[in-house]
Amino acid sequence: MSGMQDYQSSLSDTASRKFETFSYLPSMSDDQIRKQIEFIVSKGWNPSVEHTEPENSTGSYWYMWKLPMFGETDVDAILAECAACHKAHPNNHVRLLGLDNFAQCAGAAMVIYRGKAV
Amino acid sequence: MAVKSYNAGVKEYRETYWMPDYTPKDTDILACFKVTPQPGVPREEVAAAVAAESSTGTWTTVWTDLLTDLDYYKGRAYAIEDVPGDDTCFYAFVAYPIDLFEEGSVVNVMTSLVGNVFGFKALRALRLEDIRFPIAYVMTCNGPPQGIQVERDMLNKYGRPLLGCTIKPKLGLSAKNYGRACYEGLRGGLDFTKDDENVNSQPFMRWRHRFDFVMEAIHKAEAETGERKGHYLNVTAPTSDEMMRRAEYAKEIGAPIIMHDYITGGWSANTQLAQWCQNNGMLLHIHRAMHAVLDRNPHHGIHFRVLTKILRLSGGDHLHSGTVVGKLEGDRDATLGWIDIMRDSYVKEDRSRGIFFDQDWGAMPGVLPVASGGIHVWHMPALVNIFGDDSVLQFGGGTLGHPWGNAAGAAANRVAVEACVEARNEGRELEKEGKDILTKAANNSPELKAAMETWKEIKFEFDTVDKLDVKHK
Repeated sequence: MSGMQDYQSSLSDTASRKFETFSYLPSMSDDQIRKQIEFIVSKGWNPSVEHTEPENSTGSYWYMWKLPMFGETDVDAILAECAACHKAHPNNHVRLLGLDNFAQCAGAAMVIYRGKAV
Repeated sequence: MAVKSYNAGVKEYRETYWMPDYTPKDTDILACFKVTPQPGVPREEVAAAVAAESSTGTWTTVWTDLLTDLDYYKGRAYAIEDVPGDDTCFYAFVAYPIDLFEEGSVVNVMTSLVGNVFGFKALRALRLEDIRFPIAYVMTCNGPPQGIQVERDMLNKYGRPLLGCTIKPKLGLSAKNYGRACYEGLRGGLDFTKDDENVNSQPFMRWRHRFDFVMEAIHKAEAETGERKGHYLNVTAPTSDEMMRRAEYAKEIGAPIIMHDYITGGWSANTQLAQWCQNNGMLLHIHRAMHAVLDRNPHHGIHFRVLTKILRLSGGDHLHSGTVVGKLEGDRDATLGWIDIMRDSYVKEDRSRGIFFDQDWGAMPGVLPVASGGIHVWHMPALVNIFGDDSVLQFGGGTLGHPWGNAAGAAANRVAVEACVEARNEGRELEKEGKDILTKAANNSPELKAAMETWKEIKFEFDTVDKLDVKHK
């Protein structure tokens, strides 16, 4: 049993709260975020930025940061909006979505800046 | 108007049912059979016999034939093709007028197409390879209760395959112990746990106790992880009344998804349940026990691509598809073919994937393919590459067999799937770089590292029994 590890997760430990896709990986570097944005653009999806207080992250609706960037393909411009949202709400989760208007469903959704667990 | 007179006796089928000049109508239901005739029977006669026996014909002329316009209602054998690499059989294509079938009833279509004809003496063997359902018929069917996009919105899961786990041992756990196994998997990062197909309501664990304990497991795992979870509560039952009773209770306690075995449970019950799910906001997971009895023999039975179409029409949000890489049978190209049939809105004829007809699904929602059976973390790169995001990857032994338990096994799979999706999005080739991707991810996940060490050497390399028909090399 000596090599066996306990699984660290509990109701009282707010670090146990996850937030869907990529939340089981370490938080992303700027370079990793850029590559995911490039992927969303290459798919022809509309980038969109949303944020929320971590304690309210389980709902379907987060706060939209401005409107979805319809037709935006400039990776730097998208990155700048993500950073601006994070700067304005440093304690919130900020997530990036790629909205597929044909499927009428997000093709990608990922938290790129992690808020303070509460 | 041509006048016909009644002559009693046996007529050759091909006089009536072999119509090589017939052009199928857009509204016809088309079928492709692989026919293995008895020696010495001409192909046209056998093909015509199949068309006759699966539509209006019987072995002798009867006077009541003349009370109707049989030339309108009959099935028409309109083409014959060689089977590549196999001289014992041939493909026969048959067109059926849409009026032969009750609307919205896969039961009725299949009762005709795979009914008496399969026991017909002039045939040594017969296999239904594919059916083209015209959009006019598709529109009469209810289809999947929710569909892929709605499921994603209900469960808040985007941009990755969903993760599941079938609870083992299949049989014998008490309800409380069973709920424990579910809870551990869900808190470790799974989206779903699953009843095995033969878990119904046995003396060691009655359905109602199972439903109650599993819901407690879901609620606690959701509170703990902040993510939405589900468990496929199997409502397959001895009668459809009992099935509905279990479904109603699952809804009452707030379960998001239930499960049915559509072949052993029957298509009539399945269609009823799927319609109920649609009206009650429930997702429906479909298991396919008994399919291999029908679809594994290359010369006799019903191909799985047909059973896939039957399910999409009858209704279900998930359907087991085979894994290509695990312990169960499944040719890669053929599997890709029936995965398209589950998910896409239009599927083109593609013989390299065993698809014989164009199939238009119109606005009918898609079904998520479920890859399940003998898979573990080392298969993850290939699975993400083959199945893409719109799928459920289901690890039973590959979760529960982790040396530290279910939560660690679940976390290992969750880290692995996220690492593969992230790498794919970055443009990396998963099946080539899989080892590197997983090894790097394991640096931050002791659970994944332990899983990779446990399952390193396991491979399944038996040859497939049912292969696509291709020329001998």
